[in-house]
Amino acid sequence: MNKKKITNSNSIRRSTRRWGLFFLGPVVAAFTIGFVWPFVQGIWLSMCSFKTISNAKFIGLDNYAKAFSDVGFRHAFWYTALFAIVSLVLINVLAFAVAYALTQGIKGSNLYRTVFFMPNLIGGIVLGYIWSMIFDGVLSWYNTSILLESKYGFWGLIILMCWQQIGYMMIIYIAGLQNVPGEMLEAARIDGATRWQTLFKVTIPNVMPSITICMFLSLTNGFKLFDQNLALTAGQPFIIQPGGATIKTTEMLALNIFNTFNASGASSQGVAQAKAVVFFVLVAGLGLLQLGYTRKKEVQQ
Amino acid sequence: MNTKKTLSAEARRKTILSVVLAVICVIYVLPAVAVVINSFKLNTFVKTDTFALPTGEMYAGFDNFIKGMTFGNYPFAKSVLYSVVITVLSTALILLCTSMAAWYIARVNSFFCKVIYFLCVFSMVVPFQMVMFTLSKTANTVRLFGFWGPLLNTPWTIPIIYLGFGAGLAIFMFVGFVKSIPLEIEEAAAIDGCGPLRTYFSVVVPMLKPTMVSVGILEIMWVWNDFLLPYLVLDKNLYRTIPIHIQYLKGSYGTVDLGATMALILLSIIPVIVFYLTCQKHIIKGVAAGAVKG
Repeated sequence: MNKKKITNSNSIRRSTRRWGLFFLGPVVAAFTIGFVWPFVQGIWLSMCSFKTISNAKFIGLDNYAKAFSDVGFRHAFWYTALFAIVSLVLINVLAFAVAYALTQGIKGSNLYRTVFFMPNLIGGIVLGYIWSMIFDGVLSWYNTSILLESKYGFWGLIILMCWQQIGYMMIIYIAGLQNVPGEMLEAARIDGATRWQTLFKVTIPNVMPSITICMFLSLTNGFKLFDQNLALTAGQPFIIQPGGATIKTTEMLALNIFNTFNASGASSQGVAQAKAVVFFVLVAGLGLLQLGYTRKKEVQQ
Repeated sequence: MNTKKTLSAEARRKTILSVVLAVICVIYVLPAVAVVINSFKLNTFVKTDTFALPTGEMYAGFDNFIKGMTFGNYPFAKSVLYSVVITVLSTALILLCTSMAAWYIARVNSFFCKVIYFLCVFSMVVPFQMVMFTLSKTANTVRLFGFWGPLLNTPWTIPIIYLGFGAGLAIFMFVGFVKSIPLEIEEAAAIDGCGPLRTYFSVVVPMLKPTMVSVGILEIMWVWNDFLLPYLVLDKNLYRTIPIHIQYLKGSYGTVDLGATMALILLSIIPVIVFYLTCQKHIIKGVAAGAVKG
């Protein structure tokens, strides 16, 4: 009986296999055009000097050396890292607080959830322009603008990202909070634990998986941020260094790479591609770190 | 006595929480309100009186909307059309092709399938900046049927780029789901005489529906709001999606008509909000499902 079943599913597998071109073909073709080939070519071009792709000339790691010696790129890196960490902390603390409040059985929780999630559906460019109008409206009372001081640009972008992302993280936290076993909370209550003790000793350890996911999500979102950065300040204000190099004080990594591609310098596209590879290693590293971390957690459970 | 006291303390706590949440809720809605009031305001007052209601001399009626329609030498209706075409075609193509591929990968599970699956998962951690330059060059040289047909840089062919770059998450989610479907159902279909094609379309697809909704929502949200990919791939003199159009309005010339820009932003948000309010349950479920990938 058992043997017969195995041969049966094997024969299905064999007959399905013949349809490979039909089932797999479109995705493999599009995936090659849309990802594999550009990726491989991108790695190759990061080690080339080129004006057009057809006359690319191999120059080794020169582009990487130029990328790392670019003051603007280094500034963008630290700026992005600072932004990612500050937004990570703020977004997660606030989103957890909101999610916790919404799982206390308050009237109208669904309405609040609906409203808090809404900004997620609006695109980054549109969000950036909405907030640039609002910030300029407030700052015009003090005769200044978000484009004039880099600290306004930084905190403006933080506020924008909180507004957009809190709802998203909140959804993940609510799902986690709803999975905390009710018996555990009740046991804690019967044992006389205070509300804060219950929160820190029972609830938070139980939603740790959600916390990990949200932290990595907000960290990588912070690193990859582009649309909102472009629309809100586009890197302004600029500082011109004594040496002639311009630092765009609120420019993040992704925008720096984009601007380097569009710059008119002779070898700027190769340098931009090298920066893109560095950026990829950074973001992928964070992703793999998360994967390893969640795997480890799953094994422990 | 004691329980009564704790009960009232509990009730007070809930009231305080409700009030706090209501205040946050109002703060949350304010930016949207600012968009609405400024879209009815004369341009000169948007910067100086951003938070005033558009009354008296500030009121512009529907002038901003009318002006916005042809603003920036590009009809807004055209960018709405292109956004809809690209979003609908891309989502449909992604759902059809990736679910087929995912089923095949999960069921056949040959070495080649494993390689494809690994590459798809890998592509999820690659930021767009890594491939944006080479991808836009590829789209300008590759044609729909290899060396023949339209280039991949039109609204009708860009879905293929979206399928390629966005396949990772979709395949990942579909494979995860297909693996949880018991094989016996498909075996029964095969015994009843279904070939792979019929098994897939009449047995597997109905079971995939909930995942299709989740993936579809994620793709719609991504493609509709995406700025950089169409910006780099499309010929921007001919084809502008809504985000590109709005970026052009604000980003290009010195004097910007803020009133008209806000009117267009309002027009572009309304369909999104309607979509959200009608499919809220699915959207939130889809987002929660997509988040697990990390």
